[in-house]
Amino acid sequence: MSTAAAVHSLWTTAAADPISKIDAPKIEYGQLAPTLIVVGAAVVGILVEAFVPRKSRYYAQMFVSVVAFAAAFAAVVALAANGYATTKAGIAAMGAIAVDGPALFLQGTILLTALVGLFTFAERRLDPEAHGNRVDSFAAQAASVPGSDSEKRAVKAGFTTTEVFPLLLFAVAGMLVFPAANDLLTLFVALEVLSLPLYLLCALARRKRLMSQEAAVKYFLLGAFASAFTLFGIALLYGYAGSMSYAAIAQVVDGTVPEVTPALADTMGNDALLLIGAALLVMGLLFKVGAVPFHMWTPDVYQGAPTPVTGFMAAATKVAAFGALLRILYVVLPGLRWDWRPVMWAVAIVTMVVGAIVAITQTDIKRLLAYSAISHAGFILAGVIAATPSGISSVLFYLAAYSFVTIGAFAVVTLVRDAGGEATHLSKWAGLGRRSPLVAAVFAVFLLAFAGIPLTSGFAGKFAVFKAAAEGGAVPLVVVGVIASAIAAFFYIRVIVLMFFSEPRPEGPTVAVPSPLTMTAIGVGVAVTVVLGVAPQYFLELAGDAGVFVR
Amino acid sequence: MSFPLLTATAALPAIGAIATAAVPAARRTAAKWLALLFSLATLALAITVLVRFDPDGDRYQLTESHAWIADFGVRYELGVDGIAVALIALTALLIPFIVLAGWHDADPLETGSRRWRPTQGFFALILAVEAMVILSFEATDVFLFYIFFEAMLIPLYFLIGGFGDRAHEHGEEKAATQRSYAAVKFLLYNLAGGLIMLAAVIGLYVVAGNFSLTEIAEARASGELDMATSTERWLFLGFFFAFAVKAPLWPLHTWLPNAMQESTAPVAVLITAVVDKVGTFAMLRFCLGLFPEASKWATPAILVLAVISIIYGALLAVGQRDIKRLIAYASISHFGFIIMGIFAMTSQGQSGATLYMVNHGISTAVLMLIAGFLISRRGSRLIADFGGVQKVAPVLAGTFLIGGLATLSLPGLAPFVSEFLVLVGTFTRYPVIGIIATFGIVLAALYTLVLYQRTMTGPVKPEVAAMPDLRVREIAVVAPLVVLLVFLGVYPKPVTDVVNPAVKHTMSDVEKKDPQPEVEAAK
Repeated sequence: MSTAAAVHSLWTTAAADPISKIDAPKIEYGQLAPTLIVVGAAVVGILVEAFVPRKSRYYAQMFVSVVAFAAAFAAVVALAANGYATTKAGIAAMGAIAVDGPALFLQGTILLTALVGLFTFAERRLDPEAHGNRVDSFAAQAASVPGSDSEKRAVKAGFTTTEVFPLLLFAVAGMLVFPAANDLLTLFVALEVLSLPLYLLCALARRKRLMSQEAAVKYFLLGAFASAFTLFGIALLYGYAGSMSYAAIAQVVDGTVPEVTPALADTMGNDALLLIGAALLVMGLLFKVGAVPFHMWTPDVYQGAPTPVTGFMAAATKVAAFGALLRILYVVLPGLRWDWRPVMWAVAIVTMVVGAIVAITQTDIKRLLAYSAISHAGFILAGVIAATPSGISSVLFYLAAYSFVTIGAFAVVTLVRDAGGEATHLSKWAGLGRRSPLVAAVFAVFLLAFAGIPLTSGFAGKFAVFKAAAEGGAVPLVVVGVIASAIAAFFYIRVIVLMFFSEPRPEGPTVAVPSPLTMTAIGVGVAVTVVLGVAPQYFLELAGDAGVFVR
Repeated sequence: MSFPLLTATAALPAIGAIATAAVPAARRTAAKWLALLFSLATLALAITVLVRFDPDGDRYQLTESHAWIADFGVRYELGVDGIAVALIALTALLIPFIVLAGWHDADPLETGSRRWRPTQGFFALILAVEAMVILSFEATDVFLFYIFFEAMLIPLYFLIGGFGDRAHEHGEEKAATQRSYAAVKFLLYNLAGGLIMLAAVIGLYVVAGNFSLTEIAEARASGELDMATSTERWLFLGFFFAFAVKAPLWPLHTWLPNAMQESTAPVAVLITAVVDKVGTFAMLRFCLGLFPEASKWATPAILVLAVISIIYGALLAVGQRDIKRLIAYASISHFGFIIMGIFAMTSQGQSGATLYMVNHGISTAVLMLIAGFLISRRGSRLIADFGGVQKVAPVLAGTFLIGGLATLSLPGLAPFVSEFLVLVGTFTRYPVIGIIATFGIVLAALYTLVLYQRTMTGPVKPEVAAMPDLRVREIAVVAPLVVLLVFLGVYPKPVTDVVNPAVKHTMSDVEKKDPQPEVEAAK
């Protein structure tokens, strides 16, 4: 007996009080409310999908989603009003989540974007009625193979896919956590939670399903690669710092943590691990924002995905991913600034220039907007590089301005239709200004905002990031930026020329009259574009106040 | 708080633009009258500004200042000096004539969609341009100026691309292609210039921390703000590039002939007589005001470019077969004179340049608008398609001659005074440049008189035999402008009185004194 006990004691020790060693995690539910509300609503959405009769699912899902986004936004506002963005900013959920200015600002932006995006998801008046049922942009039955009998039956039965609503909610939940994540594991989980629903949503187009599925597969494969890189980077960073926590890694980078985790004595503090790990991690994030040379997926996915999804993805994913990138660079790797800045300089310059130049040759409006999104990612990177508080606030402002323009622009794309669904080929947009002056004018406003013409939000945002970059000493970057803007202006203008100065084609597309849902989305887009262009001061202040990361 | 007169002067046409655009499709004529009404009301306000302005008072008067975008250091600051007052008056004066001259230019040919309202759009866009031009003359905040300097491109772009001459020698489809080419070229040139300027505006903020002309000037005077020589030069170049595109200065001028050729005559007048003046005005106010040292540094190069503009523009004008292109190249030559006057850095030169901006606006308007009437009658812009018009339409031919003589600076007509001042001002400091520039006048005589001779004299061509003379509306457009040309030619004092004190301020910005012996500017 005693020998057995002796042997046993080789690998166990008797704890004095084994139970009390495991502390119950302390969760600040209030501070995490925005995320929790959205996750909860997503779960409810799944239950609705399971138990509510098919007829009333659409309304039930709409209700759940709208309430969830509105409530979550209200929670964000309440948190900000109570000072969690400034004085009471802190780390919540056992160090997993940061609740601070940038996190709340970005969460607010994501939620509003999602709410507007939701309206375009729910639009059911654009497509002609299928067998007496109003249908949306999503496949009748995602599981049926394109062209199969099962698909035909589903279309005939007038099925509509209400799963998109819980998927959207899950994606948004991931996006809310992504920029707020304060350790690398949370970051990775959030990345997957936001990505997986988006992969699915991309595959759900009602028209041109093969293209949609191709887009989804491309997005998934490349996204999976990027995730793997991110994960590998996380592992290396853990090896380097002995911790997943942002603050702890930052301390090791700064050299302020002397004690070495025994298990990692061989690797800890090894600069090779740090540099490779940071590079891989940042690479994963640059993939999500669509920066060159990690942009290859963008045009195909933007083109193939259902247009409401494209709009939402282009806006909200960019907000979330740039938030996460900012936090990584400003909180985890500020001590490495001299190493990452030159690399990011190169990435920003290449992104701006390639995005602008390749866009010139595009003939499809969605691909064109995709390349425009790439060059905008470059402009935002210019603000990221500033590495100053005004850099943070300018990026926050730009993201808010950009996301509403993007959603609005893609919402307009859904309106221009011919017999094959959306008419996305540019040649079909010829003369749109003569047939539907209002729609063309609205789209022109969005294009001018993309081009950064004064009195639109695009100009205020561009000015903010370039100013931050110039103050941060990146004057050549600003010069490249304005040159890229000039190139980019060319293709935005080309679309305006096409819409207003070309003769309409006899067999050209018609502009569908949308329900109030899409009208709201477009209206909000125009309103934000003009207000942020003419009177940006309040929002600049908001972004300025929100511009400090907690650590 | 006093009545914000400057804001009102700019806001009125803006409101007019919205009101005109909102007129229902069927009420085209109402839209025209509404636009005319608003342009006349704006003229009234501009005259009020002129009256309330005291030439011997502060440098910037009728100032307004409100917080706007504190984060960018931007304030809504307006104020006018004599130069701005003169140009605002010119703008407000010309717009009613432009509206009146373009009365039928935007009547829809075929009925498109019920919501397609080209007429309303045409006049709304003209008023929108007026509002932005006036604001850019008034802004004393660099950022505020920049915003309107850039934003005015958009309505102009639609004016050039969307509305062209009815008659086109190559048919409507070709015309549409050429129009949109001209519009895109216009926009890209100016946008590129503007974006380069944006980089310089950002640079200015980094250096100075705010955009207020007065504050920056004070900071420089007190030594608080000390710009490094190289910084100042780069910023100067950024600003100057944008203004040189707008003005336009050789070799950045190539958008102008296309834009003027393809747009309707009133829009062409709007571009050369009004909008391009923003470029030369901004050189005086911003290049010399903000970067005096760099301006002096760049003077020789700019003078050379200006002289090239003068001679090159005139030479190309001689060789043109298209009436509107000819006037465009003549304008390029005249802009060369204006820029030469500004950078001669003498008070005669700068007074002359400012006066030239006003006079060139009026004389080009006369010439171009009558050319427009002529072209719409014949359905062609080619000089060779005309001949003997003075026998058929004597009033048209006569006023056209006056416009032409004004363009070649005949003594007794307004442009003579300004051209003389510019040449004198240049000669006192840069005699060689002045002498070369004089050849521009000789060439001007050549291209205007040859134009007149080929179109108006000689045997009557069968195509023009039935050409009607000027109608009442057209006479109403031309007559007041011709009177003004003669009046300012004989008695330019009202304008010079307003302008001269402002020029003194600008001269003191660059700390230049006139070379001795002092020649007093014409009073």
